[in-house]
Amino acid sequence: MKKALRIIAAGPGVTLQDGGRFGYLRYGVTPAGPMDPLAFATANRAVGAPPNAAAIEVSLGGVELTVDGGPISLAIAGGAFRLQLNGSELPMPAVVRLAPSQRLAIRAGAAGAWCYAAVAGRIDVAPMLGSVATHTRSHLGGLSGRALVADDLLPLTGPRLVEPAIAIITAPWLERAGETIRVLLGPQSDYFTADQMAAFLQGPWTLSVRSDRMAYLLDGQPLRHSKGFNIVSDGIALGAIQVPGNGQPIVLMADRQPTGGYPKIANVIEADVGRLAQLRAGAQFRFRRVTIEEAVAARRAEALALAAPIVLTPLRRTDLSSEFLLGLNLIDGIIDAAH
Amino acid sequence: MNSTAPRLLDAGEAALVVEFGSEVDPATNERVLALDRALATLALPGLRETVPTYRSLMIHYDPLLLDRSRLVDAVRGIEIAPPALSCAPNHLWTIPCCYDPELGEDIAAVAAMTGLSAERIVALHAGTTYRVYMYGFAPGFCYLGGLPSELAVSRRPTPRPPHPPNTILLGGGLTLITTFAMPTGWWLLGRTPERMFAPAREPNFLVDVGDALRFAPVDRPAFDALEARAENGEIVSQRERLR
Repeated sequence: MKKALRIIAAGPGVTLQDGGRFGYLRYGVTPAGPMDPLAFATANRAVGAPPNAAAIEVSLGGVELTVDGGPISLAIAGGAFRLQLNGSELPMPAVVRLAPSQRLAIRAGAAGAWCYAAVAGRIDVAPMLGSVATHTRSHLGGLSGRALVADDLLPLTGPRLVEPAIAIITAPWLERAGETIRVLLGPQSDYFTADQMAAFLQGPWTLSVRSDRMAYLLDGQPLRHSKGFNIVSDGIALGAIQVPGNGQPIVLMADRQPTGGYPKIANVIEADVGRLAQLRAGAQFRFRRVTIEEAVAARRAEALALAAPIVLTPLRRTDLSSEFLLGLNLIDGIIDAAH
Repeated sequence: MNSTAPRLLDAGEAALVVEFGSEVDPATNERVLALDRALATLALPGLRETVPTYRSLMIHYDPLLLDRSRLVDAVRGIEIAPPALSCAPNHLWTIPCCYDPELGEDIAAVAAMTGLSAERIVALHAGTTYRVYMYGFAPGFCYLGGLPSELAVSRRPTPRPPHPPNTILLGGGLTLITTFAMPTGWWLLGRTPERMFAPAREPNFLVDVGDALRFAPVDRPAFDALEARAENGEIVSQRERLR
């Protein structure tokens, strides 16, 4: 029997994503891909998968998974979500071995808005326009272009078991504070006077509840344009900050359209897009202006962190509650403290 | 023709905007496409993809593989020796369009706004050769320039619920071919049986930016017959090579 991940339950907004759908931006195609690219790549790397391999993006709605056909290894990384194997709490981020009789639950926890479940092996779903990244608005990717729901099956090709079976992922780069988000000014900074640019950087801005995978809407003191708010449409990069007529900035995220017609005051540097994505509605933060050299250096630091093998630390019995040990059938992966 | 040097604007550390103007006109759009073609022949390592729009080219690149200064030099180099510019399109597409009031449900509203008869609106809309300026909004949505000024109506006061796929829209001085059901602030003028975007067909996207395009009116029975063929994956438009 071919192994497959089975969705037992999924909240709204749980989707299959890969690195994104690229090469078709010029035809109006949204790239999609993970909201927090760094956490996504970390989860994939932790189980030896390519950094852009298909993985499940878990929203605050949470997900419950099992497996058909035999045990598999998964890596769970992202925000501070709650991770439970058969009802017993595990630390995060972690590598977990999931057997057909078991249930893995990933639910909203203390902080963060997105979490990733990557598989050792390949999730075998037919790509559309070269990618399995789900974009629900244009019905592309995933399973028939929709979010995952209960009873969905994701077949696995070449599944492998990772040792140790249960381990903590050492990824200090995922411990990112979200109070300051770094930006490069422009490309339409000439639509804002110096005092409005200062007000933009002063903030603070509050993330609106209306935010989604396409756009993070910000509430704060409205910004004024110096020469109107309509521009002839031009390209939109990941993290572009548009200012529409109401003066409340909109940060364009993974599900952005590739072009748009509002002035863009600044662009979040790519190294901080995931940090921003992990904020929850109501969170307050400020923008900080950096140079392009700083932005490239931050990007290089991320690439270097991901280039080295990811350290997996076996869980010791003392890391876990006795309830967990009693509840767990499969404890081969856990070593004694004295080991 | 506007021949001033383009503005180079950073959109973050991984995208460069080369802006040739701030207006919608064929000459500006042709400069965008000339740069796009010239960059493609250079095949710069680290250049990911480009997005031509009415008046600018967005160049997405990986700054760890392609240094910004090297990209800027390449763009400036192309400007120093500009390729032969011509506004003549490569292809002319003839796209069937049914203006039956059942499919073009806003023709009466457009008639009321413009004072034109329904027949005159169809004659003007189908009697024009358009330029494909850009794609945008959703996969395969084509923005067409060249609309006769008599048909330049403002947008709806409030957006309407989703139109059917493949609807031809009118608004803001442009006409637009859609591919998906979407809410819109534009007017519904007709529907084409053609799929401007089909994920399972080669090519996925029918027309190229810079191509010329006309609409050929078809009646409802002809539309239904073409619709059935298009549903089976057939391309039901005509393409003529111009150069």
